[in-house]
Amino acid sequence: MARIVVITSGKGGVGKTTTAAALATGLAMQGRKTAVVDFDVGLRNLDLIMGCERRVVYDFVNVINGDANLRQALIKDKRTENLFILPASQTRDKDALTTEGVGRVLDEMSREFDFIVCDSPAGIEWGALMASYYADEAIVVTNPEVSSVRDSDRMLGILASKTKKAEQGEGAIEARLLLTRYSPARVEKGEMLSIEDVQDILSIDMIGVIPESQAVLNASNSGVPVVLDEESDAGQAYIDAVARFLGEERPHRFTTLQKKGFFGRLFGG
Amino acid sequence: MGIFDYFRSPKPKSASLAKERLQIIVARERAHRSGPDYLPALHREIVAVIRKYVQVNEDAVQMNLEREGDCEVLELNITLPEKE
Ligand SMILES: Nc1ncnc2c1ncn2[C@@H]1O[C@H](COP(=O)(O)OP(=O)(O)O)[C@@H](O)[C@H]1O
Ligand SMILES: [Mg+2]
Repeated sequence: MARIVVITSGKGGVGKTTTAAALATGLAMQGRKTAVVDFDVGLRNLDLIMGCERRVVYDFVNVINGDANLRQALIKDKRTENLFILPASQTRDKDALTTEGVGRVLDEMSREFDFIVCDSPAGIEWGALMASYYADEAIVVTNPEVSSVRDSDRMLGILASKTKKAEQGEGAIEARLLLTRYSPARVEKGEMLSIEDVQDILSIDMIGVIPESQAVLNASNSGVPVVLDEESDAGQAYIDAVARFLGEERPHRFTTLQKKGFFGRLFGG
Repeated sequence: MGIFDYFRSPKPKSASLAKERLQIIVARERAHRSGPDYLPALHREIVAVIRKYVQVNEDAVQMNLEREGDCEVLELNITLPEKE
């Protein structure tokens, strides 16, 4: 049985797809057979971030409707062993994802994979609810910024009540926070919420802190998940997050400014 | 004041403002979520009743449910518009 994890946030553009791609790739690199599923119906993007956009033939909705089987729709990643992508449909039909259909497909995948990573669309509407409905656990992606933090709290409320597990009386699924686009320099200047601030407000476990990084843009430009850029700060921070996801304890890195010397402080601004 | 404090900006930091505002709104929204299902309907109806007498917008009626030990207190705060 696969562990199903949803990458969600409420607010759009915070780094969910970047994170889903990084986590799935990281898990596969650790030898876990992993599928990453794009739930963003109508706004397919995960294929671009994973660099497999030209190999999409069938999509999630095709499988739900029986127009294709899983084997035909799953794209085997070319770089990383054990990694498969299920792209979102480009249909405008919002009802394309049915509770029954999504459940059936995830169930079939569950037998084959160790992990299923669900990349949620933004918002708290149907698509986002479907992405989290069958999840065993959640990673809530947050930027250190007011509207993102507030939406994350709303999403935590939804995760506590609107998943299959919650409905069956098994309580809230485990949810952890991934704080991304973090800028220690701006935190130091008092212009950005700090890790501690966000933790005080949301009071949940932090699975990772990803710095604001040019490497993320480079990665999306070239269609290579940023975890594969092992030299980069963001890549290493995601590798740490994957290790924590698998139960390892690691200290957070890239969360403080490199201290300048006395003169650096006086003249460095 | 030490010489180094002199270089620090005396303005209140925007991040601490953000934190304060978030703590308030998050606490309010959590209380709302954990409240009974009838709260939104109750709120709508109270607004409707008040509107029979005074024109107020929805934000003018704030409801707050607080738990104090065994007992729950529903606090109702209605802001009336200023007189012309
Ligand atoms: N750590 C980061 N540093 C810099 N840019 C980032 C970072 N994480 C995400 N981004 C950028 O933010 C934008 C939104 O990211 P994406 O993963 O598509 O978000 P979502 O799926 O939540 O809409 C993209 O342009 C991406 O390159
Ligand atoms: Mg996305």
